[in-house]
Amino acid sequence: MTDLIRALLLDESVEFSLADLCSACHVSEELIVEIVAEGIVEPHGVDRAQWRFSGIALTRVQRVMRLQQDFGVNLPGAALALELLEELERLRRAQR
Amino acid sequence: MEYKDYYQIMGVGREAAADDIKRAYRRLARKFHPDVSKEKDAEARFKEIGEAYEVLRDPEKRAAYDALGARKPGEDFRPPPDWESDYGGRVDPNAHSDFFEQMFGGLGRGRGTFRSRGFDTAGHVEITLEEAFRGTDRRLSVQRVAVDERGHPQPATQQLNVRIPAGVVDGQQIRVAAQGQPGVGGGPAGDLFLEVRLLPHRWFRAEGRDLSLDLPVTPWEAALGETVRVPTLGGRVDLKLPKGSQTDQQLRLKGRGLPGSPPGDQFVVLKIMVPPAANSTDEAQYRQMAATFAFNPRAAMEGAS
Repeated sequence: MTDLIRALLLDESVEFSLADLCSACHVSEELIVEIVAEGIVEPHGVDRAQWRFSGIALTRVQRVMRLQQDFGVNLPGAALALELLEELERLRRAQR
Repeated sequence: MEYKDYYQIMGVGREAAADDIKRAYRRLARKFHPDVSKEKDAEARFKEIGEAYEVLRDPEKRAAYDALGARKPGEDFRPPPDWESDYGGRVDPNAHSDFFEQMFGGLGRGRGTFRSRGFDTAGHVEITLEEAFRGTDRRLSVQRVAVDERGHPQPATQQLNVRIPAGVVDGQQIRVAAQGQPGVGGGPAGDLFLEVRLLPHRWFRAEGRDLSLDLPVTPWEAALGETVRVPTLGGRVDLKLPKGSQTDQQLRLKGRGLPGSPPGDQFVVLKIMVPPAANSTDEAQYRQMAATFAFNPRAAMEGAS
């Protein structure tokens, strides 16, 4: 019998600092600043030192990075694709 | 190991130009990328396409691959004795077939000279709505790659017992810390990210943390505003219908959806069912209702053409 490992639910209740988010997504702080400026994720807190990101933000950053890398689009393009995909997923769920 | 026909995977000829290969890759990526695709085997297909592209886009790797000659896909294959798999770079061992690993891997070369964190891995897990409500444990098989003394990656399957917390919504990710690929040179392991998918439920529909349920009621329960028993994921509750309720009216059971802060609600959508007139007594009762009620549900349509 293997040990039971607790999974962390990446929802609104978890909080990541800028450094946590960078290390979880393997990206630089500058890139997260660009992603915030693009309006892809919205941290709580006024300045970078106080920024707190939710688990949802982590998932969005990972997806936007994958979309950028795998489709060769820039950040605004990846952001647009992400929003359209999320809308599509919402509609598909509503239809079920 | 099995030979992989990268040209066949990409749907291009062996003489395809670099541009054609790039175009084929982009087209296939849009179709099978796990972030955008609804195809069943998207993850496996995308991995295969990514691997093929990694070789065919690189003139050096492509030339080396071409030099192996065309073979049947899946054919048992051994690298030529003089094959030197030294393409440097570090590749994610989880993202490649054995064929790729042996031919183009090179993982572990320069071992000891650098230390780095293992790759994150990703997957998905399907759970029922009841499991999302209460939380559940799942036994998962994960592919890990360990590097042997000769610097060759050796895949190994490991069992993990993962506790999924209560309150997961459809499409949400969970993180299992340090259960991705092992680190290199003593570096920490990567994380395992799992997308949780909720299986369709016979009665409830989930939208985020909110649930909705179609509840069949009788005409007299709706008209008189009676109390009916309603299933929720946490057990049955008694719900008093408003007097004169109609079909498709929604009632909200606050906080009876999936747990969280705040928890979701359960919406009850009333569906008034008409009892069949199964015999002459039933028919007589309907005729009596027709005579007594001054009720015309089409009144608003009168005069419409």
